[in-house]
Amino acid sequence: MDYLLNEQQIMIRDLCRQIASEKIAPVAAEYDKTEEFPWPIVKILAQSDLFGVSIPEEYGGLGGGVLETCLATEELSKACGGITLCFAASYLGLDPILLFGTDEQKKKYLPDLAAGKRLAAFAVTEPAAGSDASAIQTIAKKKGDHYVLNGLKHFITGGGDAEVYIVIAMTDKSKGARGATAFILEKGMEGFTFGKKEDKMGIRASSTRELIFTDCEVPKENILAREGMGFIITMKTFDVSRPGVASQALGIAAGALESAVKYARERVQFGKPISSFQGIQWMLADMATQVEAARALIYATARMIDAGVKNVSKASAMTKLFASDVAMKVTTDAVQIFGGYGYIKDYPAEKRMRDAKITQIYEGTNQIQRNIIALQLIKEMAK
Amino acid sequence: MDNNASPAQAHIVVCIKQVPDTTDVKIDPETNTLVREGVACIINPFDMYALEEAVRLKELLGGRTTVLTMGPPQAQAALREALSMGIDEAVLVSDRAFAGSDTLATSYTLARAIKKLGAFTLILCGKQASDGDTAQVGPGISTHLDIPQVTYIKKIESIGEGTARVERMTEEGFEVLETPLPCLLTVVKEINEPRLPSLKGKMRAKSAKIQIFTAQNLDCEEERLGLKGSPTQVIKIFSPERRKGGEVLHGDKEEVTDKLVAFLKEVLV
Repeated sequence: MDYLLNEQQIMIRDLCRQIASEKIAPVAAEYDKTEEFPWPIVKILAQSDLFGVSIPEEYGGLGGGVLETCLATEELSKACGGITLCFAASYLGLDPILLFGTDEQKKKYLPDLAAGKRLAAFAVTEPAAGSDASAIQTIAKKKGDHYVLNGLKHFITGGGDAEVYIVIAMTDKSKGARGATAFILEKGMEGFTFGKKEDKMGIRASSTRELIFTDCEVPKENILAREGMGFIITMKTFDVSRPGVASQALGIAAGALESAVKYARERVQFGKPISSFQGIQWMLADMATQVEAARALIYATARMIDAGVKNVSKASAMTKLFASDVAMKVTTDAVQIFGGYGYIKDYPAEKRMRDAKITQIYEGTNQIQRNIIALQLIKEMAK
Repeated sequence: MDNNASPAQAHIVVCIKQVPDTTDVKIDPETNTLVREGVACIINPFDMYALEEAVRLKELLGGRTTVLTMGPPQAQAALREALSMGIDEAVLVSDRAFAGSDTLATSYTLARAIKKLGAFTLILCGKQASDGDTAQVGPGISTHLDIPQVTYIKKIESIGEGTARVERMTEEGFEVLETPLPCLLTVVKEINEPRLPSLKGKMRAKSAKIQIFTAQNLDCEEERLGLKGSPTQVIKIFSPERRKGGEVLHGDKEEVTDKLVAFLKEVLV
C-alpha cells in the first residue's frame, strides 16, 4: 500500500532499511545471545542523525513528528526489535521533555539526545506498581531548593546505559495519583545507583535494570511541569509513545512475514516448494493482511497526533493493542511455517516470537489498553 | 608549487566512478556485453573508502573536500551520495566529447579538471574500479599532474607540513613511506569502514549545487579527449567458460593417496 509519505519520510524509511539490513541483521543473533548493549549500532544511528528525527530543529533535530519516529522504529525492528529499543526507549525518555519541558530544560537536554551522544529513559514501574501506577512508593521530599528521592524503580528499559532519566516519584502520598511528580535525573547524581540487570525472554540486546535512589538530591529546576503533574505527564507521554511500541511490534511482524514468504518459496516438500500449498498460502495471506492493517492504524494515528488532534488516547491505545497482538500471532505463525527450523536458534524466527511477546506487556499491558479504549467509548457515549 | 595548500587549509580531492552494481550483474550471452537495463548504479565500492578517508581527514585537519567524477549526467546521483557522507563540494566532468575515453584520456581529463579546481593537498582514489579493474586512472592522474603517487594505501599515519606518512599494502606485508605533498593516494578496503549517509547530509545533498565542467571549461587539448585520445580499443568482451567441477576422491588415506599420485602422474607426465 502507498501511504503517500513525503520526501523526508521516504528518506528516513530508506536509510533505516539500509541500516537494518546492512548493520543490524548481521549482529542481531549475537546480541540476543550475549545480552550486551549494542553501542556500535547506537553510534551508527547517532551518526545518521536518527536520534533527532522527531526533535525540533531549534534543538538540533530534524523537526519530524510521531510518524517519523514510527517509520524509523518499524524499519529498524524488521532486523531486531531488541536493538531498536535502544533507539525507541530513548524517545520514550525524551518525549516528556519535548511535551512538558521548559525552554531551558529543552536546551539543556535535547541537543545531546538528538545527536545520540546521550540516551534517555523513562522510569515509572516499581515492584508493587505496574499497571497500577498510583501505587508508586518512591518518595520525593522537598528540602529547601531541592528534593530528596528515596525508593526503587524496576524493569527500566535502558537503565544503566541511558544518562537522562525521567523519574516519577510521590511528592504527596495523600493525594494519590495527583501527588506524583516527574523529575529529570542524570546518571552520576549522588544517591542514584543501578541494581540488577534482568535476564529476559526477548529484546535481549536492550538493557533492563533497577534504579535505586538513596537520599538522592535533585534540584527543583529538574521538575517537569510542576508538582503533582507526574501522572498526567505519564499518560500524555504514553499517548505519543504507544504508536512507537506499536511500530516496534509492526516491524517484528513484518520481518517475520518477509522471512516466512522467502522460506516458503525455498523449502521443498513432497517435490514442491511449500509456498505452492494452499494451507501455507492462506497463512501467509492472513499474516500479510494483519500486518498491513496494523500499519494503516499506526500511520493514521501518528498523523492524527502530528496534526495536533487533542484526545488521542483511544487511537493510541488501539495501535499498541492491535499491532502487538498481530506481532504475537504473525511471529507464531512464522515459526509454524518454518517448522522444526523455526524452533531452533539457527533461524531468527524463534527470536522474533520471543521479542514480540513484550510488546503485549510493556507501556501498559494490552488489558490496560482495552480499559483505556472502553473508558473512552463510554465517555463518548455519555456526552 | 602553486598546487600546494598547507594542512591548515587542506583541500582533499576525491575521484570516484559510478559503476553498475556488480552484486547483480548479468552478461547478455548473445552479444557478450553487460546488460545495463534495470541494473542499479552505485559508487565504485573502492571509492567509498577514499570518500570515507577524505571525510575523516577533514574532521581531523579541517579544510575542505571536493568529489569529482567523469560521466554522463546520471552520475550526479553518485556525487550526491558522496555529499550525503559529508563531502563539501561536487564536480561533474561531463561532455559528449569525453565519450569513449579509455584510462589515458580519462586520467588526462580528470587531471585537467583538478587543475581547474586550484590548490589541493591530496588526491584520493579507490585502488581500482569494480567494472574495468584496470587500476590505471589514479596513477594516470598523478602522472598528468606531475605529482607523486602511492598506491594501495591501507593507512594514512600522518599529514604534516608538506609531507604525508602512509602505509602501503604489498603482497608480503606493508611498507611505510613518506611522500611530499601534494600527492595522489589510491586506497584499499583495509583503510577504514565507510559510514552510512546521515539524514542531514542527505537533505543537504539533495539541494546542493553540483558544478559541471565541460570540455570548453577545461584548458585541454581536444585530440587527447574521448575516443580520439584513447589508444586502447576493446576488441571483444566475453564471459570466461565455466570451469568443470573437480573430482572428489573417496576411500581411506592410503587408497586416496594412491589415486592422487596416479592422477598426478597421468597429468604431469
